[in-house]
Amino acid sequence: MSGTLKVREISRQDREPLIHLENEDLMPLPAPLDGVEKDRAWTMLTEQSRSRYECGLDDTCAVNVPKPKTAEEEKQLVVRFLSGLEKLFDKENNWTFLQPLLLTMEHCTGCQTCAESCHIFEASGRNELYRPTFRTEIVRRLYFKHVKRGGLLSAWQHGKIELNWPMVARLIELAYRCNLCRRCAQSCPIGCDNGLVAHELRKLFSLEMGIAPKEIHENGSMLQLKAGSSTGMTAEIVKDNVAFIDEDTSERTGIEFHTPWDVKGADVLLVHNAGEIMAWPENPGAFGLILTMAGVSWTMSSELAAYDAINYGLWYDDAQFARVALKHVEAAKKLGVKRIVVGECGHANKGLCVVADRLLTGDLNVPRENYLPLLRDVVLSGKIKFDAERNDFPVTLHDPCNMVRLMGVVEPQREIVRALCPQFREMEPHGVNNYCCGGGSGFAIMSGNNFADWRFHVAGRKKLEQVLRAFGECIGPETPKYLCAPCSNCKGQFRDMISYYNLWEKNRLFYGGLVELVVNAMADVKPGFIDWEWR
Amino acid sequence: MTVAAYIAIYAGVLIFLAGCARRVWQYARTPLHLRWELYPVPHEGPYRAAYGGSYFEAQGWWRTPQTRDRWHEWRVMAEEILLLKSLRELNRRLWAPSFAFHFGLYVAIAAAGMGTAAGAVRGELASGLATAAGAAGSTGCVMVVAGACWLLARRLRDPGTRNSTHAADIFNLMVFIAVFGMLACGYLARGAATASLGEFARGVIHFDRGVPVGTGFGAGVILASALAAYIPFTHMAHFIAKYFAWHSVRWDDRRNVRGGAMEAEIAANLGRRPTWAAQHVGADGERSWADVASANPVQEARK
Repeated sequence: MSGTLKVREISRQDREPLIHLENEDLMPLPAPLDGVEKDRAWTMLTEQSRSRYECGLDDTCAVNVPKPKTAEEEKQLVVRFLSGLEKLFDKENNWTFLQPLLLTMEHCTGCQTCAESCHIFEASGRNELYRPTFRTEIVRRLYFKHVKRGGLLSAWQHGKIELNWPMVARLIELAYRCNLCRRCAQSCPIGCDNGLVAHELRKLFSLEMGIAPKEIHENGSMLQLKAGSSTGMTAEIVKDNVAFIDEDTSERTGIEFHTPWDVKGADVLLVHNAGEIMAWPENPGAFGLILTMAGVSWTMSSELAAYDAINYGLWYDDAQFARVALKHVEAAKKLGVKRIVVGECGHANKGLCVVADRLLTGDLNVPRENYLPLLRDVVLSGKIKFDAERNDFPVTLHDPCNMVRLMGVVEPQREIVRALCPQFREMEPHGVNNYCCGGGSGFAIMSGNNFADWRFHVAGRKKLEQVLRAFGECIGPETPKYLCAPCSNCKGQFRDMISYYNLWEKNRLFYGGLVELVVNAMADVKPGFIDWEWR
Repeated sequence: MTVAAYIAIYAGVLIFLAGCARRVWQYARTPLHLRWELYPVPHEGPYRAAYGGSYFEAQGWWRTPQTRDRWHEWRVMAEEILLLKSLRELNRRLWAPSFAFHFGLYVAIAAAGMGTAAGAVRGELASGLATAAGAAGSTGCVMVVAGACWLLARRLRDPGTRNSTHAADIFNLMVFIAVFGMLACGYLARGAATASLGEFARGVIHFDRGVPVGTGFGAGVILASALAAYIPFTHMAHFIAKYFAWHSVRWDDRRNVRGGAMEAEIAANLGRRPTWAAQHVGADGERSWADVASANPVQEARK
């Protein structure tokens, strides 16, 4: 497939998809999915979706942009796109990422080192559409033509492009075919960042045109700013749910504890991804137990948005990102805590601890930490007794991109699993060279149309290959295996992908967080905290 | 030919420096952006950088001042600049031609430096430097030509590069082949009556119109000067971009310390007035970023 699709085809006037993937095209997987016949068939996009929405890119549709009804409407959308494109290169509007964007626009040499690093490109069978530079090449041509106002000489230097609505519509979809894992940027000899280009495109569409996937905008950041959490939980509901979790965890472990709420002056304000409370209650339960047993002075906050660490704006919208980050630190300031500790959520850690660092001044600049150093220090301190034999099953560790490559938190989690999991094995490659789970940048919560099929067949395929290889010698159903994913979005992706390929039923491949492994190995709690029950 | 070559060198060097300065200025004056680093970050020191760790791996990192191992950072930079380390590790097929091309350029630039030094001094040192410059220049030119031919062949044959190869990319590589080929051939095949490299360099420094310059070498010098003047206006100025992309983005893990110097820059950014048009942003060109960030679009819609 490589090299067959031309950049200019993005502007094709017909609404037919530019490419179509068959399972035979995809990167092969190891056992038990070795063979095209063992792969799942794709669900096709419905005729209704095709007729109603702009689905002219590939086999799926992530954003559901309604088809314009008139030529005039198309023209207006193109004008708005151009206006947004100019704003991306203007410091009043985009001071947030202007410098890295300019560097990427103006200096790519086309060496394709990035392509060798991209899991989506590789998994797709090296399809040209998913080459990291394909999207960037389109934006670069638009930049030189419409922002720098280049003429013929510029076209000779940078290439030609025709701007029309079908192109913009395809570009909207193409912005959501990248996990923003930035493995490509890490490999670029110049320092160009194709992941950033996808990020900036998403921003353009959201900030200027009001276009973003419903799951991350309307049901995501907007709901968080309205109800307090993208799960829809209000403060009362979340407190009720956590009280139930405390009770259940106390019963299961034999150690009673209660999550403290709104404690002024506590050392730690713990912020979970609220999805954990809904989907994986054992995770906040394990956190509560560990912190209580370690004697940490901690609290949770019931302020709006402060009991949900997620910050989807990181993926698509600077304004939404800043608003949620501000809510988190305002809650900490109000309580007078010494620090915020973000739980098992990769993008929340990266967003609040790293990216937001240059948004917060004065007393809003509350210290913010990833939970892993605290957990590592608790585990290795000797305050809690552990029996590693309780974790004597094969364990591998997934590295969430946001915590590892994008934040540099690599060793604390390894010190924990090395101490508590006798059968721990690494995936290859791992650490800062890891591969994304395929759910990054919001994909884990996006399943509209048949997007999940693309997410598992393409975006998650490389990671699935890694996981299957890590458990290669024990892949059979006789051995239960634990895929440790210390990030809610990654867990969501693994839950759905393992289900999709039926790997729990057939191969006893289980997934979960890190704190669950820690509690499971505590010598003073009832055995069997990890119950090996699929959820 | 002599005067034309001199003027070309003066103009080429001036335009090159002005073009580079303009590009540096363009990137240096962009506002402080949000943190967007990628690990490993080498100034974390050899132990942490080896696996990509950061100061975030310790509790209470904010209680102690940030330290930077500049020595390790320089070591990583030297390996990257001289040996193209990341390319060697991640794109081995491209590394050999790219290394030949870039290292050839370094050697040729060093030769030009030695030639200039030979023109500025007298006696045995001058002749020694001129001889070394001639040898280094010839070696550099051969490496550049070989590397550029190899890169050109790859561009033309590899379907993976097709979408990101433009007419200018082919032209640029061909110009390198022509310029450095002409410089090497012109110098090595010069007549006995024409100036040596040291004499030519001295002539350039003193604008000595009486120095006889061979036609081939002179044409090579004029073309090389034109190429130098052209580079800052193309993506070939990536040596400038790389400095910013690595130091100001990829490795920029500077903390915003409460009450520190960075706060003023952040405050200035938060005072900027966006005009993004989507309704939920609530920007109108009057409200600042701080106003936008403090607003809750849901509550504002209720009003």
